Amino acid sequence: MDWHLLWFVLLGVLLAGYAILDGFDLGVGILHFVGRDDQERRIILNSIGPIWDGNEVWLVTFGGALFAAFPEAYATIFSGYYAAFMAVLGALIFRAVSIEFRSKLAAPVWRKTWDIVFSLSSLLATIVFGVAVGSAMKGIPLDSRGIFIGTLVAQLDWYPLLVGALTVAMFIMHGAIFLSLKTSGELNTRVLRWTWRGFLAFLLLYLVTTIATVTTIPRSTANFQHAPWAAGIVLLNLLAIANIPRSLRRNRLGEAFISSAATIALLVCLFGFALFPNLVTSRPDEPNSLTIYNASSSLNTLKLMSLIALIGMPFVLGYTAVTYWTFRGNVKIDKHSY
Amino acid sequence: MDVVLLSRLQFALTIMFHYLFPPLTIGLGVILVFLEGRFLWTKDPIYETAARFWTKIFGLNFALGVVTGIVMEFEFGTNWAVYSRYVGDVFGSALAAEGIFAFFLESGFLSLLIFGWDRVGPKMHFFATLMVAVGGIFSSIWITVANSWQQTPAGHVLREHTINGNVFVRAEIVDFWAMVFNPSSVGRLIHVWIGAFILGAYFVMSISAWYLLRGRHHEFAKRSFVGGLLLATVAALAQLASGHNQAEGVVRNQPAKLAALEGVFHTEPETPMYICGWPDEEAEVVRYGVKIPGMLSFLAKGKFDAAVDGLDKLGPTWGRAPVWITFQAYHLMIACGMTFIGSTLLAWFFYWRGTLFKQRWLLWFFVFAVLLAFAANEAGWVCAETGRQPWIVYPTVVDGQLVGGLRTSEAFSEAVEAEQVLGSIIFFGVVYLLLFCLWIMLLHNKISHGPDDGTEKKDDSGEAPTGTSTRRSSSPDSVGSKPPSAEEAPPSDSTSGEAQ
Repeated sequence: MDWHLLWFVLLGVLLAGYAILDGFDLGVGILHFVGRDDQERRIILNSIGPIWDGNEVWLVTFGGALFAAFPEAYATIFSGYYAAFMAVLGALIFRAVSIEFRSKLAAPVWRKTWDIVFSLSSLLATIVFGVAVGSAMKGIPLDSRGIFIGTLVAQLDWYPLLVGALTVAMFIMHGAIFLSLKTSGELNTRVLRWTWRGFLAFLLLYLVTTIATVTTIPRSTANFQHAPWAAGIVLLNLLAIANIPRSLRRNRLGEAFISSAATIALLVCLFGFALFPNLVTSRPDEPNSLTIYNASSSLNTLKLMSLIALIGMPFVLGYTAVTYWTFRGNVKIDKHSY
Repeated sequence: MDVVLLSRLQFALTIMFHYLFPPLTIGLGVILVFLEGRFLWTKDPIYETAARFWTKIFGLNFALGVVTGIVMEFEFGTNWAVYSRYVGDVFGSALAAEGIFAFFLESGFLSLLIFGWDRVGPKMHFFATLMVAVGGIFSSIWITVANSWQQTPAGHVLREHTINGNVFVRAEIVDFWAMVFNPSSVGRLIHVWIGAFILGAYFVMSISAWYLLRGRHHEFAKRSFVGGLLLATVAALAQLASGHNQAEGVVRNQPAKLAALEGVFHTEPETPMYICGWPDEEAEVVRYGVKIPGMLSFLAKGKFDAAVDGLDKLGPTWGRAPVWITFQAYHLMIACGMTFIGSTLLAWFFYWRGTLFKQRWLLWFFVFAVLLAFAANEAGWVCAETGRQPWIVYPTVVDGQLVGGLRTSEAFSEAVEAEQVLGSIIFFGVVYLLLFCLWIMLLHNKISHGPDDGTEKKDDSGEAPTGTSTRRSSSPDSVGSKPPSAEEAPPSDSTSGEAQ
């Protein structure tokens, strides 16, 4: 059994889990001002109120698992993208405290301030995540020891920014669909308009990004030659995308949500497929790349971690199910809400 | 300034700010479990009122613990890349286990704990509270194990790892349980837990004492205070035993740290133990010291005339821990610990005489003593970490030779520059100062609002927060003999109506 490959896949699962779950949280945050008054914004905030914290744990666990399974990649990525990580940390801190603090005082200026902070920090986190993915697709300069050389600003050209924009559109679409399941009345009508806007922006950027990737990053499609079956992922991705407008038009919002979740999962899958076997692609010196083989922990640790994951994951799915079940349906504001 | 120093300053800032919250949530978590358990058992609504009140405060602390905790997880990679490469195989597993076993448990049930009061039954709610408390304790296990491994590494081997022809040495696990139960992890974990219980108890006593002094929520405050006092007393006494056990472990495993903790510059018989003092690292003496002659020899070696190894015994390759800060942090922790024992026993004396709630000065002491509990928790970690220097991972000594280990000065990120770290220190400094002010403000707000125990009229509409805390003045016997007067009104009463 290829334990390195297993952990590459498991990290993909954690990343996909995070992108799907915090994806709608972040999208809801970006769309916060679709709520026109305090009551509507409370409904929007409380749609993710009981679950956003658990969703963010997927990121924390992804970070821990990357550290444990591929410490070389963890060290290179986190220290290389120093400023970007500080920006993400700032965004996550301000997002969390704006959710927590907003409801604690009734003064309009207090609430308005946290509304703005909540929305902007959600947008910032989304952009940085997207840009990071774009930059990983392109590759970054590494020395032969696998250490980042160069400056972060030099990495920031049009391609990572394009992927950043794609991510924003995708999370707006995903968040709007989630919110449409959680709201009713006039707010729901407005949210439904945003599902369409989000979808159309996503579709446009998806096409542009696909063309840009295929034409400017030859490495991203090289793996299809060894594994033609992966064309199936692309096909499924297209089907999932096509099913979003179909189910939206038929007002099957749950199905639309599953389709957009599947779209995200399949895109993460394609991202992993394009990277494989690299974790950090070195550009221009491709041989310096950190791969799942040279950047990993010892085999013993990978096996041990697999056991930990095997024991832990069923519990995680259990808690997640309990929480989502308890807070299912439309948002109900009570005195414990945010 | 260089990257190492700046990275250390940033780590100190972020970990010390973070560590205001985890021990508080662990301590309060246990108290919440107790209150809800009592409510299920006795059906006395006062326990439910109390649980709901402390849950609100718990939730605020928890949120801050989570956001400042994510910073810590990322910081190993952003600022300590060489360290991460060296320990990833060992430390990373513990961190990942913490994510899977602890964080998901906490965050999953936290939502039921905070938002679920009216959505799930009391038994399910109790279960959720129990799981959040257990999750907090689980997470302390993994991170403490990882830290202890840095202090007393075990269960690993040093192996060469090759990347593109570059060979370097790193630690790899060979015996997971030996790594988990390394020589200092169990003792440290118990010490950390008891520290958290002390903080939780003093936090509850602080707020309760304040209500008692203000003549508010009398029944709630009295019961909370006595409950907190009971926990604080047991924990403070247990901490004395645990602390002694910890010191013995340091004698055995980290003699260089012991020398820094106690300011032992020179190895000589009848080594004294200092109550306080001012170590002068240049002159290698402890000035203005109040000391018990031979006491350290007795505690460390069992004989008053034995010699305790001093800093002069360290080989030239070892390096030296910063003595002043290690010494002061250690002695501050011990002074706080002794104050906890003294103040709780004194409180029981007055309780036994039936006059505890009339001792206004003592209640005022308990209002502020929570600061000592915070200080003790922080100071304990400061001396544990500075005493470990100059090593980030301790070496082992085999036949007089140092084997393995990683120096702090070599563990930083190669790809990061000093300006970047300076920038992020300023960033965290500003953000954390803001968070700290908001935390204090919101705590004050919640405390001013108080529990909904029916003793005060509340305006829960949230839209018009006006001064609504109608003070109960019908209890002249409640606190001392002074009826609450107008000057005593808490300044923020005008905003004490809690918003929704």
